Amino acid sequence: MIHSSAMLEVNGLTKSYGKLMAVSGVSFRADYGETIGLLGPNGAGKTTTVSIIAGLLSPDSGEVLIEGKQVKRDTDPVKLKIGLVPQDMALYDQLTARDNLTFFAALYSLAGATVKQAIGDALTLVGLSDRAGDKVETFSGGMKRRLNLAAALLHDPQILLLDEPTVGVDPQSRNAIFENLETLKKRGKTLIYTTHYMEEAERLCDRIVIIDHGKLIANDTLQGLHKLLPVTNVIAVELDHADGFKPEPMLALPEVKSAELDQGTLRVGVHDLSRGAPGVLRWLAENGHSYHHVSSDQPNLETVFLTLTGRSLRDSR
Amino acid sequence: MIPFLALVLKDLKLFFNNRRAVIVGLLVPIVLASFFGYLFGGQGGNAETSKVPVLVIDQDGSDISRGLIVQLSGDKNLDVKASTLDAAREAVRKGKATAAIVIPKNFGRDAGRALFTGSSETGSSETGSGETGEKKPELGVLYDPSHNMELGMVKGLLSGAVMQSVSKEMFTGRSGREMVDESLAQVENNPRLPAEDRKALRDLLGGVKKFNERQDEDQRRDRAGASGQTQLSGGLTMPYQTREEAITSGHDVAYNGYAHSFGGMAIQFILFMGLDAGIALLMLRRSGLWQRLRAAPLSRSTLLGSRAVSAALVSSFILAVLFSFARVVFGVRILGSFAGFVGVCAAFSLMTAAFGLMVAALGETVEATRGYSIMATLIMVMLGGAWVPTFVFPKWLRTLTVVVPTRWAMDGLDGMTWRGLGFSSALAPIAVLLLFTLLFGVVAVTRFRWRTEA
Repeated sequence: MIHSSAMLEVNGLTKSYGKLMAVSGVSFRADYGETIGLLGPNGAGKTTTVSIIAGLLSPDSGEVLIEGKQVKRDTDPVKLKIGLVPQDMALYDQLTARDNLTFFAALYSLAGATVKQAIGDALTLVGLSDRAGDKVETFSGGMKRRLNLAAALLHDPQILLLDEPTVGVDPQSRNAIFENLETLKKRGKTLIYTTHYMEEAERLCDRIVIIDHGKLIANDTLQGLHKLLPVTNVIAVELDHADGFKPEPMLALPEVKSAELDQGTLRVGVHDLSRGAPGVLRWLAENGHSYHHVSSDQPNLETVFLTLTGRSLRDSR
Repeated sequence: MIPFLALVLKDLKLFFNNRRAVIVGLLVPIVLASFFGYLFGGQGGNAETSKVPVLVIDQDGSDISRGLIVQLSGDKNLDVKASTLDAAREAVRKGKATAAIVIPKNFGRDAGRALFTGSSETGSSETGSGETGEKKPELGVLYDPSHNMELGMVKGLLSGAVMQSVSKEMFTGRSGREMVDESLAQVENNPRLPAEDRKALRDLLGGVKKFNERQDEDQRRDRAGASGQTQLSGGLTMPYQTREEAITSGHDVAYNGYAHSFGGMAIQFILFMGLDAGIALLMLRRSGLWQRLRAAPLSRSTLLGSRAVSAALVSSFILAVLFSFARVVFGVRILGSFAGFVGVCAAFSLMTAAFGLMVAALGETVEATRGYSIMATLIMVMLGGAWVPTFVFPKWLRTLTVVVPTRWAMDGLDGMTWRGLGFSSALAPIAVLLLFTLLFGVVAVTRFRWRTEA
């Protein structure tokens, strides 16, 4: 199918609460089947941005276009293209999983066989078919999160807004949710995924929009973001005797861009690993510093966030 | 239409799924209404009321004081016990007795004199507090100030009993005869008494003396075998009796106190239900569920309207259950217009639903809203006459209650149940309740904050 416009266009969104500027001039777009990660610490403006996209909030300025159309009123049919997975659990604990889904399907005027089919498909996707008749209050946190996701899929939306959908779940359930989202991605759904977990953004997202203090800091692919960094590889050397070690002299080496000692591990940033690593190890040997383990990795989104904002993503939460 | 119905059905399902809350929500008003109904007249309107505990301290020990105690003891409204002055003071102070009547020394003699001459002359009677009497002997009444209403009743009964016992003794008793002779002598020897007054009193007392002599004749004949009793042998009595008739829905239809109490408790607990619905909506606005509802293509009227309809249905259900219980167990019947009853119930249910929405619209935080709305609800219930009938209120307060919707609901329910009024009498309560519904609804819709609390 050829589409003349993007699935989602966010243009110059601004929203303030009194003196607090929650979102300031945020713009990005999402194409069909694309997964966009909104990454930022708590309070960065991610949820406000998602709320405006879902039509829950009106922006002070700017616009949101879904397939080129604005959500103009509460009953706008454009809303049928959106599925929202709120950060807070949006389920009735006293009702069964099936009753919950039947209710949410009715909100989109689904009835009859269509409802049964939609509920069956959604429960199968999230792996809760065998618990359909159980009350939600008997579910674990991870199961509730999966049902929370299923409730947003019933009307087969084109774009799914996921506001931190894995908060507070165990690693197994988180993995199950990732698999569900990867399945949806394969089905061509557009996903807008807010998180402050960089691993999640790295695993799921085609492009990452970094937001801090309501402002868009970066909007690129993971590879594109890495290019913004002064180093692309980090050599980690676990020293035998780190006491009294001074990393600063290493900065004189031609390939070395950074060097720091972190709890007995020397971290050296280099652009080219094949040229930088031999020089670093040779310098250590020549200066009498023995080591017992050497590894290397690429800098992650945490590093990107730190580089772009001067603050750690974790510290900002 | 599908979303609207789904929202209403969901609310009803959530309400009925919480079985413990449903049972408690119905059981508590039933228990309270049964209790209040019993207190306020019960099923036949003649449930035995508790007697007013009264203590009597007889410092006189005369025929009159003994007769007075017999009179008081015979009254069905009083529980009379003899006591001493100190013990009586203590009992009244502790609330164990509502009043204590102190019959001072020489009360019988002085009261007899005062009956004919308007003065006890010697002024020697003493109250329990030690104060000397003036022209008439005094009966001391010690009372519990928290029982003012009972005090009025006790004083009324005391007046009748004193008149009866004093007049009986004066006309037929031994001391009465002595007092007539004594009074005759005083009349003859009082130089300041005008001649006309002396003659009149001489005639009066002489007549009494003759009457007493005839009484003696009668008694002698009685002892000889004849029977008979003169008209004044029991003393002066009230020259009238009362015939009481409760004006209810019909001639032989007794007042059923449970009709009012069940109406009152239904109104109270339905208002609390409406309040809970409002608080729940306030809490919902903070939750992910609210975001999900707002993200769906639903109009604001659908979201608020469905809440109002479900709350109104739950209110109607509570009214139906409570009045069905009252009908089966206590024989409460809708003696007036059934359509009027349904109309009042429906209008009140809608008013409650709108009240809940208004609470949700005006509330800032759940905690604060719960506090002030509970207070507002209790005031509405109280002023509406759900706890006690409005006739016990001062006049200005009774006038004020016309601006309280619960007053109209109570009037409507009373009118359609035990008063047995027709449909036309339900129109005013229905209209006023619908006006309040409109008012609360407009406030709710215009003040409701739709913004998601991000």
